[in-house]
Amino acid sequence: MLDLSKGTVSLTEQDLEALEIGSGILGTGGGGNPYIGKLRAREVLRAGYELRVQPLETLDDQAQVIPLGGIGAPLVSFERIKEGREGLRCLRALEQRLGITADAVACEEIGGQNSMEPLVTAALAGLPVVDGDGMGRAFPEMQMTTYAIYGHRTTPSVMCDPHGNIVIFDHAITEKWHETMARACVVAQGGASVLAAAPMSGAFMKRYSIPHTYTQAIGLGYAVLEARRDHEDPIKAICDREGGRQVFAGKITDLKRHFKGGFNVGVAQIEGLEGWRDSEAEIVIQNEFLIFSRDGEVEVCVPDLVVVLDLDSGLPLTTEVLRYGQRVAVLALPCHPLLRTSDALDVVGPSCFGHPEVTFRPLPAKEAAP
Amino acid sequence: MVLRLGIDVGGTNTDAVILDGRKVLAGVKCTTTEDVMSGISEALEAVLEKAGVERANVDVAMIGTTHFTNAVIERRALDPVAAIRLGLPATACLPPMVDWPEDLAEVVGDHRYMLHGGYEFDGREIAELDRDGLRRIADEIVAKGIRTAAISSVFSPINREMEEEARDILQAAVPGLSVVLSSEIGRIGLLERESAAIMNASLLSLADKTITAFGDALKGAGLTCPFYVTQNDGTLMAAHMVRRFPVLTFASGPTNSMRGAAFLTGVKDAIVIDIGGTTTDVGSLQKGFPRQASTVVDVGGVRTNFRMPDVFAIGLGGGTIISGEKDDLTIGPKSVGYRLGSEARVFGGGTLTCTDIAVAAGEAEIGDPSKVADMDPDFVAAVRARIGEMLEDAVERSRVSPEPLPVIAVGGGSILAPDRIGDLEVLRPENFAVANAVGAAIAQISGEVERIFSLASQSREDCLAQADSEARATAINAGAVAETLDVIEREDVPLAYLPGNATRIHVKVVGDMEGLDA
Repeated sequence: MLDLSKGTVSLTEQDLEALEIGSGILGTGGGGNPYIGKLRAREVLRAGYELRVQPLETLDDQAQVIPLGGIGAPLVSFERIKEGREGLRCLRALEQRLGITADAVACEEIGGQNSMEPLVTAALAGLPVVDGDGMGRAFPEMQMTTYAIYGHRTTPSVMCDPHGNIVIFDHAITEKWHETMARACVVAQGGASVLAAAPMSGAFMKRYSIPHTYTQAIGLGYAVLEARRDHEDPIKAICDREGGRQVFAGKITDLKRHFKGGFNVGVAQIEGLEGWRDSEAEIVIQNEFLIFSRDGEVEVCVPDLVVVLDLDSGLPLTTEVLRYGQRVAVLALPCHPLLRTSDALDVVGPSCFGHPEVTFRPLPAKEAAP
Repeated sequence: MVLRLGIDVGGTNTDAVILDGRKVLAGVKCTTTEDVMSGISEALEAVLEKAGVERANVDVAMIGTTHFTNAVIERRALDPVAAIRLGLPATACLPPMVDWPEDLAEVVGDHRYMLHGGYEFDGREIAELDRDGLRRIADEIVAKGIRTAAISSVFSPINREMEEEARDILQAAVPGLSVVLSSEIGRIGLLERESAAIMNASLLSLADKTITAFGDALKGAGLTCPFYVTQNDGTLMAAHMVRRFPVLTFASGPTNSMRGAAFLTGVKDAIVIDIGGTTTDVGSLQKGFPRQASTVVDVGGVRTNFRMPDVFAIGLGGGTIISGEKDDLTIGPKSVGYRLGSEARVFGGGTLTCTDIAVAAGEAEIGDPSKVADMDPDFVAAVRARIGEMLEDAVERSRVSPEPLPVIAVGGGSILAPDRIGDLEVLRPENFAVANAVGAAIAQISGEVERIFSLASQSREDCLAQADSEARATAINAGAVAETLDVIEREDVPLAYLPGNATRIHVKVVGDMEGLDA
């Protein structure tokens, strides 16, 4: 278990194994598989660097915190693996452009492979990563962070590729413009780059980040690992930890995918098993699992987390590995209150994913859960 | 009719069957020998005699083997390999074999090289191929006395030209060097494909020896027919292909027994339980083929992206040791294994095994039933009930629908299976003990395509049709009959976050082997 109560902690290889699983769970099917990122973090650790995680509370109000993460297509990042120092080049270029010295690195997206990039970059730069992130899960676009939602302007930003190309986005008139331009640039750079955004103050990060998400992801991973070791139900372990609940178990009977505006869009049909024998469920996918409905009724929807796990192992499944015939468990985890305000729902609510017909009805908050 | 010989060389047993068309003429089970070949010869002689067929009339032989998997798992007979990656400046942070168990990487020799080269997803070069670097590596290969190399370039499943050029450069500089290209073996996913290529390269000389020995064993038995080896997906490779791609045989064991179960019963959708001496493998059969695992599969501690059957194993078999009283039973996971014939009570030994219980219950006649005649019937019933529960549990895990699919019990230990498992009927085909050899004998020929298509200039349907016809052509080239080809896997995954509508299409077709109308 990761305990930050006494201050900054250095992660171990075992912690990285847990983070791989936990960030996969919080990835809600998207965000890319964290496996490659885990290997990179492990190599950096073995090379003698420290992977430090700093408690949010100990962050100085004046600290310059640089949020960064990978951007591009997950499939590309499994094939054309990164050079390794893209993030560091981003960080240095941004410091130079702004004439500042970074004090810490922030994670944009704890869900999926973007949980690892900040650790790798921070370690190479000798900095800590703050225990928090901008999503508490995975989302497909850059403006979908609490940082951006609550007023952080993410330009100037820097994007780097494996070749050594450095692109500075000096000014975007909106966050959406930044996303659009960055997306065009990442294609030119080969489909998998790193982007570091303008620094936030420590005070802003403390107020508006989703707090303690490294602790949470690593804790989730340990819950699964320990349940498996003790031959207990990993799905129950995840629910117990996060105040979530299992909403379905079943077998995938149909999977329709198509392609819309650069995104992987689809619908998975699931036929009930175990306690859900007489039910049918449907999950709407757009890179992540967005909307879960059972027998025609929406039960869970974005920004709350729809998590799909392998029914036997409890390991998280990404939208890309879903197959016909797979046996899955569906879990609902409540998102953080910062994602439930009307400002947030304007950016990450169901209508932002082309589902204006769905009204977000929040799951019981974590504290209120049984 | 066509006479087919099927052989399954397992860790414990070597089984052989002879099929005449769809009819099983004879099946035998022999012990696998240390040298493997004398076990095969023994099984061959026994099955030929039992079937009463002329050797010259056997048309074709199919062999299933775990030889290459075991070599990796046991880290033996593996050659050192020069592992060369083309992709710099990308990929530098994770060298080849980065996630291998140390002992395996050491056996394969830790000769890791990374050079400039490779492609972007859209076909541009990441960097020009580092030809000088290749020549330097060639010098080192000569100096170190390495005889095989594995080359993997980034995005080679889209474009294999750079891997081919690198191979030509190396072979020009090092005559006789065996080279494996990752694009010949795997799919997108650099580390997994590269690892498969390196493992394959390290198995080449063992493959050569093994295939020669298989051929010699057949020839020694007076068989002059061609022979094939089964691969992971239940389809065949010609012997000369196994010499080049031994890695493709890795999971053929469970696949063969599930395919054999389907064939012997004529049932295409079922749960198959293969009960051996030490373990029971449970898997799901869909349309006559095993359901594939969706998660990554480890082989000897190395992550691969082979398509492997989704098999769940429990520690229950004919040799499984039973201890305790009827209210406090322990069944397994320990087993007497291949010593069943000396340690089980019915064979005069002192260990109580599941086989003894089956004999005591009158389910089987093995060894000397009088040795277990005095057992408490309540105890026997309690053990059988527990075995039933263990199997029900495993079957439930593999069950993919509430439909009452039958359970097919195969393998030498299938006498342990009750007549019903939960609400499911248990089928026990004739020749159940040699289902895996039957599965080898009926294996089909496949063709496969996986690459990225651009939907900018053609429709998704056109791309799928193009992939279909390429896969068909590959299968026909490999010896399949065009009219029997069937698509068994068709998958298209749009590449997220990229415009230009690129999609990854994977199509696999299978069909009957030419000259065999199964």
